[in-house]
Amino acid sequence: MFDLATIAIETARRRGASYADARMVDIRSRDLSTKNGEVGTLNEAESLGLGIRVIAAGAWGFASTDRLTREGVSACAARAVAIAKASALAKLKDVALAPEAPVVDTWQNPFVKDPFRIPVERQLELLLAADAAMRGVKGVTLAETSMAFRRIEQFYVSTEGSRIHQVKVQSGAGIVATSFAGDEIQKRSYPNSFGGQHTLEGYELVESFDLAGHAPRVAEEAVALHSAAQCPEGTRTLLLESGQLGLQIHESVGHPIELDRVLGMEANYAGMSFLTLEKLRTLRYGSDIVNVVADARLSHGPGLGTFGYDDEGVPGRCTPIITNGLFTGYLSSRETAALVGEKQSGGTVRAESWNRLPMIRMTNVSLLPGKGTSAELVESTDDGIWMETNRSWSIDDHRYHFQFSTEIAWEIKGGKRVRMLKNPSYSGITTEFWNSCDAICGPDEWKLWGTPNCGKGQPQQVMGTGHGAAPARFRNVKIGAAFAK
Amino acid sequence: MKTRRKMRRASARAGAAAGLAPLQAELRRIAERVLRLSEADETEVTIEAESDALTRFANNTIHQNVAEERLDISIRAVVEGRTARATTNKSDDESLRRTAQAALELAQNQPKHSGLLPMAGPAGRGAAKTVGRYFDSTAAASPGDRGRVVAALCREAERGKHTAAGIFSTGAHAMAIANSRGVFAYHAQTRAQFSITAMDGDSSGWAKATSPDLREIDPEKLARRAMGKAERSRKPREITPGRMTVILEPAAVLDLAGFLFYDFAGTAVGDNRSCFNNRMGKQVFGKNIELWDDVYHPLQSGAPFDGEGMPRERVRLVEAGVPKALVYSRATARKMKAKPTGHGLPLPNEWGEAPMNLVIEGGDSSLEKMIASTERGVLLTRVWYVREVDPYEKVLTGMTRDGTFLVEGGKIVAGLRNMRFNESVLEMLSKVEEMGPAVRASGEEAFDMVVPAMKVKDFHFTEMTKF
Repeated sequence: MFDLATIAIETARRRGASYADARMVDIRSRDLSTKNGEVGTLNEAESLGLGIRVIAAGAWGFASTDRLTREGVSACAARAVAIAKASALAKLKDVALAPEAPVVDTWQNPFVKDPFRIPVERQLELLLAADAAMRGVKGVTLAETSMAFRRIEQFYVSTEGSRIHQVKVQSGAGIVATSFAGDEIQKRSYPNSFGGQHTLEGYELVESFDLAGHAPRVAEEAVALHSAAQCPEGTRTLLLESGQLGLQIHESVGHPIELDRVLGMEANYAGMSFLTLEKLRTLRYGSDIVNVVADARLSHGPGLGTFGYDDEGVPGRCTPIITNGLFTGYLSSRETAALVGEKQSGGTVRAESWNRLPMIRMTNVSLLPGKGTSAELVESTDDGIWMETNRSWSIDDHRYHFQFSTEIAWEIKGGKRVRMLKNPSYSGITTEFWNSCDAICGPDEWKLWGTPNCGKGQPQQVMGTGHGAAPARFRNVKIGAAFAK
Repeated sequence: MKTRRKMRRASARAGAAAGLAPLQAELRRIAERVLRLSEADETEVTIEAESDALTRFANNTIHQNVAEERLDISIRAVVEGRTARATTNKSDDESLRRTAQAALELAQNQPKHSGLLPMAGPAGRGAAKTVGRYFDSTAAASPGDRGRVVAALCREAERGKHTAAGIFSTGAHAMAIANSRGVFAYHAQTRAQFSITAMDGDSSGWAKATSPDLREIDPEKLARRAMGKAERSRKPREITPGRMTVILEPAAVLDLAGFLFYDFAGTAVGDNRSCFNNRMGKQVFGKNIELWDDVYHPLQSGAPFDGEGMPRERVRLVEAGVPKALVYSRATARKMKAKPTGHGLPLPNEWGEAPMNLVIEGGDSSLEKMIASTERGVLLTRVWYVREVDPYEKVLTGMTRDGTFLVEGGKIVAGLRNMRFNESVLEMLSKVEEMGPAVRASGEEAFDMVVPAMKVKDFHFTEMTKF
């Protein structure tokens, strides 16, 4: 594999490239699902190809191919150089990269059970048991379960001398119970919505969920929501469980700190960011207890943003993003770091596959834990609403104004959960929201969530990101606008 | 391997899709090899060959410029009432045999599926009508062709003191579906896309177009439209959000109405997750709403057959505001005692089918007439980050973006800061006062559709952002 990648970069160099890197990527996937007691999806796929990125005439070019012969990769490299020269037609200045020492290494994430070695019938059996347990609850009209596994093996070489072999195995699973009654569709998901929980682990992750054990509760809550009170409108104290808080971090911290957005490179599609350069180390992003890092290192946990090296050969790093409430860092690449005068890349560049251009992606953007338990958080809240499990999310293209709704909520009065609420939603302005945070639970309830479906770029790339969070409390939050009449 | 070379050679030839016959023959040969190598009771193979390139610009310079070529071979095996799929991008015999075997083993190791039908045969179904959507000049567009256009527009943006960002892409896609009962369906088409955002300090404007034929796209005109919107929306005002008349350009209509597409699937209704459950045959929309699924519409795109190779039919989904019909795959049609319409998704799947070529019939108004007839309202260029808040009432939330204007006294009087809306699409399509002609629209949330601009009363804006 390294041989073909090396042929590609050498061809590019001979054709006039001043820099080139190539990734040979071999992706294997398995996807399973069930619906109402029957197998839904049952697919396996493999995809092997090469992508080469070059700088020639001071501009970028990228080409990819699955013609994996000497001739095929050479032609691909030549095409990348020709594309770079076409890019130079609209060049304002030469591309420059922040320096990075070349690396020769091998890296693989640890896992206990290879999900591709687990017989598919055993995996289906687990899903069908959870499916049956949900359908055992009267009022459930739709029971759905799913599992997804990926093995991504990559061989990276660059004209600067890097040569990195990396293997990542990730797993995920989830269940959903839906109940249609009257004029409402209500649903509950476990362990999270939109595909469940995903991490850089083996099949042991899926076994740890006890999907069948949780299925009856999930189903009962979906049915019970029909008779719950409507979440009231108003300005209230909001408590978020860690899964919903993970998505809040993703949308209102993770995306605005992407330096390519800040610099306008995503303006036509994903948008820009309110975090313009003068805000670095001056903006009060959150209250004093808010600390956020972007950490790709394994020591942070097996998140979907964990890796040994990014797709520019930069080692996984930790960048302090919010430090005691102060905005302190961006997600950067070698190119964007050079553009803003940083000494080195933050190591955040990844591509969806061999046929996509590597770009800045969130690593594990996590809110660091505070202290105490969620029980103590509820006990110390006189009047509030606890929201759980995302149902919808939306935020403007500068990442200021957001609106989220969740599957379920509970009203808190006098330090106790007093009643279930349906159709909960909240909205706000990013910095006002994070500055209203007055409590974050401790490390015992901190969890590293996976968001497997983050879209960005043109052509669009879907990437997995990680978000650690513990339940937290926010004051004076606007509740219920989504359902206002 | 030959397939990609043939696609490139086909791309390089002049004339009306002159190079496609060899490519079709090559995909057929791969399909025949798969069917020969497979040991399943029944086998289906889907082959897709793609060659795409995209030039991306921002800050008035090209910052990303990419190209890809790929071939995917996806094999579905059926054995004793069970089915599964395995996919590879390697086309040598050993890889095809291994992938066919993987599909077979996956199929064998699962319970029987009660609704699985034998694969379709060609008899009695007729062949899919062909649609001419392949243009050699589009497939042959080079990085230099795109780069020269983008460079000129970037210089124009600089002259006008705008900052421009966008994409210019071209590509070709060929697909064949064959099965062991004799079905063979083939479709090839080209695609071109140009999108531009022009920024002007505190304002921005956007325009986008897609077409199978590059010659139908006019980047200069789109750039002028985006820059004009940016200029007209400088110094945006704030207004108090609430219910107000809104004029939706086609891209905004698309990205809202497009959320309805899966609700028209027979499976969605069968699963009780469609907003049309208990609403079929009722006056859900205004009487001026006519909605079709029509892959054969001259402004539409895509293959005239579904994921099983069955010919797509035109389906009149909504007649005078009343949802009258759904689309069905073969299996869903059997289950729901309906007629299959050729809208099945590749099996196995839990979703069944979906209409992919929505067409909303237009009216005799125009954007200019709608503005002129509006005493006070908001003109929306596009909407952004649209998500479903309530699946049954079909309440969607999202933001306005890149060209939001205040209309007063029949004229555009100012740009507006962007606003959040929470609006039921069912309600929205029952409050349409005027419609323009139906055009091919392209947004960022839904796949391309043929829709008109619309004037809608009492559209619900709920909050405002800071820009």
